[in-house]
Amino acid sequence: MDKHISTQFDSDLRGVSSRVLEMGGLVEAQIRLAIEALALMSSDVALKVIESEELVNQFEVDIDRELSSIIARRQPTARDLRLLMAIARTTANLERVGDEAERMARMVQSICKEGATLRLPSGDLSTASDLAAKQLRKALNAFARLDAADCVAILRADDLIDQEFNGFVRRLITYMMEDPRTISASLDLLFIAKAIERIGDHAKNIAESVIYIVKGADVRHSSMEEIETAVK
Amino acid sequence: MINPIDSKISVRDLNFYYGKFHALKGINLEIEKNKVTAFIGPSGCGKSTLLRTFNRMYELYPDQYATGEVLLDGSNVLQAKQDVALLRAKVGMVFQKPTPFPMSIYDNIAFGIKLFENLNSSDMDDRVEWALRKAALWGEVKDKLTQSGSGLSGGQQQRLCIARGIAIKPEVLLLDEPCSALDPISTAKIEELISELKQDYTVVIVTHNMQQAARCSDYTAYMYLGDLVEFGTTEDVFFKPKRKETEDYITGRFG
Repeated sequence: MDKHISTQFDSDLRGVSSRVLEMGGLVEAQIRLAIEALALMSSDVALKVIESEELVNQFEVDIDRELSSIIARRQPTARDLRLLMAIARTTANLERVGDEAERMARMVQSICKEGATLRLPSGDLSTASDLAAKQLRKALNAFARLDAADCVAILRADDLIDQEFNGFVRRLITYMMEDPRTISASLDLLFIAKAIERIGDHAKNIAESVIYIVKGADVRHSSMEEIETAVK
Repeated sequence: MINPIDSKISVRDLNFYYGKFHALKGINLEIEKNKVTAFIGPSGCGKSTLLRTFNRMYELYPDQYATGEVLLDGSNVLQAKQDVALLRAKVGMVFQKPTPFPMSIYDNIAFGIKLFENLNSSDMDDRVEWALRKAALWGEVKDKLTQSGSGLSGGQQQRLCIARGIAIKPEVLLLDEPCSALDPISTAKIEELISELKQDYTVVIVTHNMQQAARCSDYTAYMYLGDLVEFGTTEDVFFKPKRKETEDYITGRFG
């Protein structure tokens, strides 16, 4: 990015952008832990996810404060303004990803408490959860590099997570019908699946924000064709 | 490029020269009726020069001339046969520094009207009040209309000049950095006034203050070294400019 006449403005923008990436790194670690808790059905690992939630929330508050300060003092325009608006959206999305990771962790704890860990198809969620984590990582990389082309791939891949989710719900229903004793724990697992699907959605939102910064096009609620035209 | 639906002024292939210096290079531009158009750009880019062609203010100086066309409602104001006094009655101007005449507040307003109209004293009173109200100054000066205009504060003087400009009911109002010598409160009042004035007039404003252009204009033209680099709705220019040069300038990367 070209430099401003005011180097302080440059360093303000760089500062807040790198805070977003720090926050992203933290949230990614949270998801990895949540996935691990799910795979191991470990209440202890789940607890670590829940404990880091506070930190993520603090990041959101701090970044918002930095944004307000830059807007008040610099009156940003054009791509600087778009960057700051996209950062506001991105941190809100990251904070929600953190919430979803926490939800996964709480559900794992609940399943553990019910002692239903072995009777559930929790392994079936590993593909979807890996996909969602990968999507988020790619979205954050795209943000770091301001790469709109990569974002198109991320948006396209979101369908895969949705398909995985739908397939999983169908399998879970079969499970519950076969053995009604698993219904309570299966519902917990359903919430986990939904959380994973949502993480994918948030990654998609972040990718859309990156396109917004780079191209100035608001591609939310647009078709894939429209998005490809906007990014070209 | 956008094409405003209803142009008040059309600039066609306009070139302007200060002696040998080529100050405006082939400008084409449409100024929409009842809208505010802002010209922005670094010093010396030609924005004030362009503004001054609209009422031929440049003719006050020797060796300055323009080629091309400036069409006001379709008729070329640059033609020799154009009556310049009449043109300036239609296209009023307010300058960077307040320029009150050394006379009473009342006479500052009445002076211009007397040149063009023959009003009886009660009609004249009404017109003066109307102009001062329009310029959001009436409340502050109504009890001291006979006092000198130069006794007003800078912001009041500038609003007095705007009142004087609109008193003769022009169609277009040209503002050449009207707020550069004013404090933020006076500036805010003038900006407020600009958005009210556009209901009756077409307003063109030259400003160094980009936030001012962003706040009070509908269209923005970015000029650089005598070229019109970009022209578009103010929203587009400040949020998603098409040209990198424009973006660099408005984001403060120019240098």
